[in-house]
Amino acid sequence: MDWGALHTILGGVNKHSTSIGKIWLTVLFIFRIMILVVAAERVWGDEQDDFICNTLQPGCKNVCYDHFFPISHIRLWALQLIFVSTPALLVAMHVAYRRHEKKRQFRKGDQKCEYKDIEEIRKQRFHIEGTLWWTYTSSIFFRLVFEAVFMYAFYFMYDGFRMPRLMKCNAWPCPNTVDCFVSRPTEKTVFTIFMIAVSSICILLNVAELCYLLTKFFLKRSKKAGNPKHHPNHENKEETKQNEMNELISDSCQNTVIGFSS
Amino acid sequence: MNWAGLYTVLSGVNRHSTAIGRIWLSVIFIFRIMVLVVAAESVWGDEKSAFTCNTQQPGCNSVCYDHFFPISHIRLWALQLILVTTPALLVAMHVAYQQHQEKKLLVLTGHADPKHMEEVKKHKMRISGSLWWTYVCSVVFRLLFEAVFMYIFYMLYPGYQMVRLVKCEAYPCPNTVDCFISRPTEKTIFTVFMLVTSSICIVLNMAELVYLVVRACARRGEHNSNPQSGKGSFYGHKLSSEYKQNEINQLLTEQDGSLKDMLRRNPGLQEKGDRCSAC
Repeated sequence: MDWGALHTILGGVNKHSTSIGKIWLTVLFIFRIMILVVAAERVWGDEQDDFICNTLQPGCKNVCYDHFFPISHIRLWALQLIFVSTPALLVAMHVAYRRHEKKRQFRKGDQKCEYKDIEEIRKQRFHIEGTLWWTYTSSIFFRLVFEAVFMYAFYFMYDGFRMPRLMKCNAWPCPNTVDCFVSRPTEKTVFTIFMIAVSSICILLNVAELCYLLTKFFLKRSKKAGNPKHHPNHENKEETKQNEMNELISDSCQNTVIGFSS
Repeated sequence: MNWAGLYTVLSGVNRHSTAIGRIWLSVIFIFRIMVLVVAAESVWGDEKSAFTCNTQQPGCNSVCYDHFFPISHIRLWALQLILVTTPALLVAMHVAYQQHQEKKLLVLTGHADPKHMEEVKKHKMRISGSLWWTYVCSVVFRLLFEAVFMYIFYMLYPGYQMVRLVKCEAYPCPNTVDCFISRPTEKTIFTVFMLVTSSICIVLNMAELVYLVVRACARRGEHNSNPQSGKGSFYGHKLSSEYKQNEINQLLTEQDGSLKDMLRRNPGLQEKGDRCSAC
């Protein structure tokens, strides 16, 4: 179970997202997850091995490293990406539930069901309206919250996103104050700024998507309020015609069967 | 065979689970297995190489590491996840057995065409009868394994917190020696995270158990007040209504010739006739 599996799971959700949601998902996978896996993990790969302190005191290096890096950037980003991508599963679950209901209707032979085939139900794309709208909006809201929380955690732990070259440590068992040198500080700073920038872009995309959904919702509401006699009647007329035709066919088929048996 | 293989095996079970069961499976795979693979394994990657003792005595490092870490957190979690996910295979086996029985029934009643066989494979089994008992057993085993491993964890590493320094006096270390653990804070964070998700999974399993029991009691109450509501296999009931439909279809196709004649004689019926399945 790795990033590839997450991509498979979330790729299904893509079909029911808005355009902004699809862009967000692409940015997430290409500019964050992929960069994390192919580049950032290598940069941070030797973070503890090459963290060198100017002392021979055993244990000082371990303690100083632990003091300055309570949790590695890489792990924090990995957790952030997992948490940020999972609200989309709420949408996936809701869509699966709706599909299940339609399949049940279809199997019961409900005349209201407009699908000809179970495959059509499986492939159909649901519009973001009704309860699905609320689920979708909640998922975007949670994404925003998680992004913000992790950005704050980052800022709180690493005070300004910049990786210094030298850290002065005086935690026991280091004798007095000891100079410790971080491995690849500039490269780490570059990647940190890159990931923060992309994270901000994702936050903006989420905010834009939220605004888009809210605008669409209010527009629909005002349309409905201004024009109450819309689709339902038109749809009912078509259904009544179809029902009449079905009755005539079943009558003619019955007559034929009776004809044969007599 | 790796975590991806396990995922393939278990996603088949997903279809026959309750909604809570599916949520449980998602939590297991995304918040436990995935976090283990992409994050936790690299935190514990250098646990032995970076375990440093304040001594030059050969062997002291190894002995002290072995004394304080009889089994690594990572391996314990891997075992826990494997044991906790495998009771679901009991359900998979029972479902496969039931599907086999349904296929045999179809063959005996003469409905062994590919379409019906496919439907047997695709339709979702209702969790009732003996399958209910199997499902409940699998949930109970899951709970048991989670609880056992949480207890083992507590016994081996009391307090769940990883300390920076451990004092070791096992032979061959001279006197008491200070040993320093690598990345203790990061390890504590991940230990707490995995414990929290484990507790969430325990809660989900208990909720699923309660849901199954309540549903079974409700169904029993319905049966007692309405004894005619279908017993027997889901497919048995379906089979009889399908059997009826098949008979009707057969009669209609036998009428094919006479129906077409009728339509030729009455062009007004043609448009509606297009909708007739026998034509």
